[in-house]
Amino acid sequence: MLFRQAKWEEPIVFELSSFSKQTLLIDEEFANEASEALKRIPESLVRSSELKIPNLSEVEVVRHYNRLSQMSYGVDVGPVPLGSCTMKYNPKICEELASDPRVTELHPYQDEEEAQGILEIMYLMQRWLSEITGMDECSLQPPAGAAGEFVGALIIRKYHHDRGLNNKNEMIVPEAAHGSNPASSAMAGFKVVKIPTAPSGETDIEALKSVLSDNTAGLMLTNPNTLGIFESGIVEISDLIHEKSALMYYDGANLNGILGIVRPGDMGFDIVHLNLHKTFAAPHGGGGPGAGAVCVRKELIDYLPVPLVGFDGRSYKLRYDLSRTIGRVSWFYGNIVPIVKSFIYIAALGPALREVAEVSVLNTNYLMSKLRRMRGISLPYGENRWRKHEFVVSFENLLKETGVSAEDVAKALLDRGLHAPTIYFPLIVKEAHMIEVTETETKENIDRLAKAYEEIIELAYRDPQVVKSSPVNTSVKRLDVLVANHPRTLAPTYEHLRRLKSQEV
Amino acid sequence: MPHNWIPNSSPDIKKELMKELGISDVLELFNDVPTEIIFNRDLSIGFGKPLTEYEVRRLFNELISKNRLSNVPSFIGGGVCQHYVPSVVKAILSRPEFYTAYTPYQAEIAQGLLQALFEYQSLIANLYGVKVVNASMYNGSTASAEAVLMAARVKKKKKILVSGYAHPEIIEVMKSWGFGAGLDIVKVQVDLKSGETDLSDLRSKLDKDTAAVFIQTPNFFGVVESALKEVIEETHKFDALSIVYSNPLSLGIFESPGSLGADIVVGDVQGLGVSLNYGGPSAGILGINDEKELLRQLPGRLIGATRTLGSDELGFTMILQTREQHIKREKATSNITTNSSLEAVGAAVYLTLLGSQGLKKLGEAILGRTHYLVKRLLNTSVAEPLFPESLYFREVSIRFHGKKASQVIKLLSSRGVSIGPALSKFYEELSECSLACVTELHTRKDIDFLMTVLEEVLEGV
Ligand SMILES: Cc1ncc(COP(=O)(O)O)c(C=O)c1O
Repeated sequence: MLFRQAKWEEPIVFELSSFSKQTLLIDEEFANEASEALKRIPESLVRSSELKIPNLSEVEVVRHYNRLSQMSYGVDVGPVPLGSCTMKYNPKICEELASDPRVTELHPYQDEEEAQGILEIMYLMQRWLSEITGMDECSLQPPAGAAGEFVGALIIRKYHHDRGLNNKNEMIVPEAAHGSNPASSAMAGFKVVKIPTAPSGETDIEALKSVLSDNTAGLMLTNPNTLGIFESGIVEISDLIHEKSALMYYDGANLNGILGIVRPGDMGFDIVHLNLHKTFAAPHGGGGPGAGAVCVRKELIDYLPVPLVGFDGRSYKLRYDLSRTIGRVSWFYGNIVPIVKSFIYIAALGPALREVAEVSVLNTNYLMSKLRRMRGISLPYGENRWRKHEFVVSFENLLKETGVSAEDVAKALLDRGLHAPTIYFPLIVKEAHMIEVTETETKENIDRLAKAYEEIIELAYRDPQVVKSSPVNTSVKRLDVLVANHPRTLAPTYEHLRRLKSQEV
Repeated sequence: MPHNWIPNSSPDIKKELMKELGISDVLELFNDVPTEIIFNRDLSIGFGKPLTEYEVRRLFNELISKNRLSNVPSFIGGGVCQHYVPSVVKAILSRPEFYTAYTPYQAEIAQGLLQALFEYQSLIANLYGVKVVNASMYNGSTASAEAVLMAARVKKKKKILVSGYAHPEIIEVMKSWGFGAGLDIVKVQVDLKSGETDLSDLRSKLDKDTAAVFIQTPNFFGVVESALKEVIEETHKFDALSIVYSNPLSLGIFESPGSLGADIVVGDVQGLGVSLNYGGPSAGILGINDEKELLRQLPGRLIGATRTLGSDELGFTMILQTREQHIKREKATSNITTNSSLEAVGAAVYLTLLGSQGLKKLGEAILGRTHYLVKRLLNTSVAEPLFPESLYFREVSIRFHGKKASQVIKLLSSRGVSIGPALSKFYEELSECSLACVTELHTRKDIDFLMTVLEEVLEGV
């Protein structure tokens, strides 16, 4: 498939000069009142610094952003096999219904009686997510997965504190975990204790035993883990943690691969966060918004952030009556729009949700089986283990033999109209590609991806320089990351850029 | 149960894929899951069976029609208000290249998104008068919490002074977020005549242990903090950082907080092309003035300009990722991963559409309406502005004479007019008080109608 991304020499918006200097029309119905009020603004507070926003007509704005959009790539354009990120195709019906004005124009401080529809949806989501995770109650307030982790870590902190166990200040996090896990733990005030991954690809249980102590507050784990391998020792792990009166925290970012087949609650976890934008239906929007949810066992319900949505048999209400709540982690009630999208997705699939896990796992292993046979690629850890929704391969051999790195391969994939996988993660695998095709890719596309890898590797052995000089079919060629990050050439705004340019001249 | 959202779920394709793996049942792929924890019934979710698109549409319509919107534009405030979302913003954000993209880890194939975010950072930095703005936080409340955490890290101090009339939910979020770091969040009193932060109380609480002073303008009560400059100057006398939360829609007419000396600026883009969404999603603004002191402590994602290798073409990429969780792990400046990029792009589109002239006019349109509402309230016997002498922007706190606000709100609502929230929700002693919000959406007729209905319900009982 031939791929050439659009390339426009599109000026930065500040450089879009407009002859007409038109802007969005704003009424002047209250001009008199405005000028009266303007006189009352203290002198120091009247805007005197220059407002540098270009004044453009509507068509100029539309063309600028449409050209920019053409120089971008989303999952509606082609596969985005980013491991851990779960970039699945999201059904259009979810998008359309969630943009109903009865969702988007609803004010969070509207009387609950006037918001019964949305509250019922939220209530059902609390029930459904509890069922999916094997937990007893869920809060929809966290605006993303990492915020959910933070909620979970705060719950663990307060839970021990309420029992007088203030010595419990250590959170165990595997070395292979997503970076947000240690970061969230630290934000909640925990000391992070690392444990390695065994050659089997599972958490090293002996290492876990050696760090367990009375100070252990909890363990954060994702299962399947970031290698895509299911922790078969999970029951033993959770017994070990519970013996220390510590809590089991489940990072639900990888739930896609086990939906309806095994539940975190049944594995022994006490707290779970979900990334609704990964597992269910909400596009990633170029990096957000997402929506998190935190689900807990019965004994921990009182610790959830307020409010929850309750039902008294007649109407739905925001519940603030949680005696040990950790407080709010965000204002209002969470990222409602992605929550609604996920609601529609689950409502439409119902029991067929299990198919998500079956097919994403099938697709993953199918692709892995093809890739692992290729020269230059190795499959570190758990050689004979199935992967769940993602797998991690290493290009260490390819690099040694040809000088072509994991990054070079990634860039060469871009040239073939495919987004690259997650690279150099998890850190325990050298020259890593972490690949996740999800249940929404067709066999044809998976074969295309395998074929692209094959071609690139063949080229790497034949003519490595060609691979190393990719990408060439994208809007720009390979970017200079050093210049981007160098203190002298750092340019996070147009002002910085202009100054740099003027220095050059 | 094959489904058209899952292409390979048809039995034939499954079989073909399984052949490659040498298995005959998909469940063999789960043979490493201990049998005792395998879930062996159907999930009790949804409505018992997969629904067709028209079934799910109908079901959703039935549910969502239980929500009620008011007949006139809503007057409900409390940090977020109903504003107009231009069709252009909706059209651009529904481009799949934007809304179905992921974090632009592969810069070369995501130049458009990166440029749009770079422009967002540049536009907001100019609007707030600061050097650097990140590519968004979740919303105004979490941006505020991250701002005080950053200030505490930079100053290596734990005490944070917060103006008593900052948004009460923001203060709650700050407290939850600050718990782990051991922050001491102390409220500064408010002058009960002006509704503004009490400078003498601020002076008495400021000391060498203070990491930052957080002030919001216009504050939760709608009052413009007229002594903002003095607050910032007082803060600096104690080597503390000044954090100013302001509404972007006010900055076409009000001086930018950065130009007044704020070290950290925060805000929320709701209203800049982002709908109410029952409170979320929106995007949080977080910016800094002093690059030397603060840049490496800035949480969140940052986009920067660069050039291509070997030639000199302009391009964009994520920068300073060594501060972020995926590299720094427990030492990161924040745990944020998924942020609010799409809303940030929406805000940039809206600002570009408005231009500096439009933004100024929009600010005036809102200020004019606020002033009109205040005047009407000063001329009625049934209610008055809570702080009659003060300057308000967009939101007005109102006292009803001798009537509970929660009741007044219910009565208005039964006549199709929405105001609120009742301030007793946050301040027990203010049972007769409510907020009301006016934006570019409200006509003179709308505001007059509000006043007429208000007078009727308050006089009639
Ligand atoms: C394994 C894992 N945990 C946690 C997160 C954090 O979730 P979010 O990006 O929604 O904050 C992610 C995704 O980035 C992830 O892949």
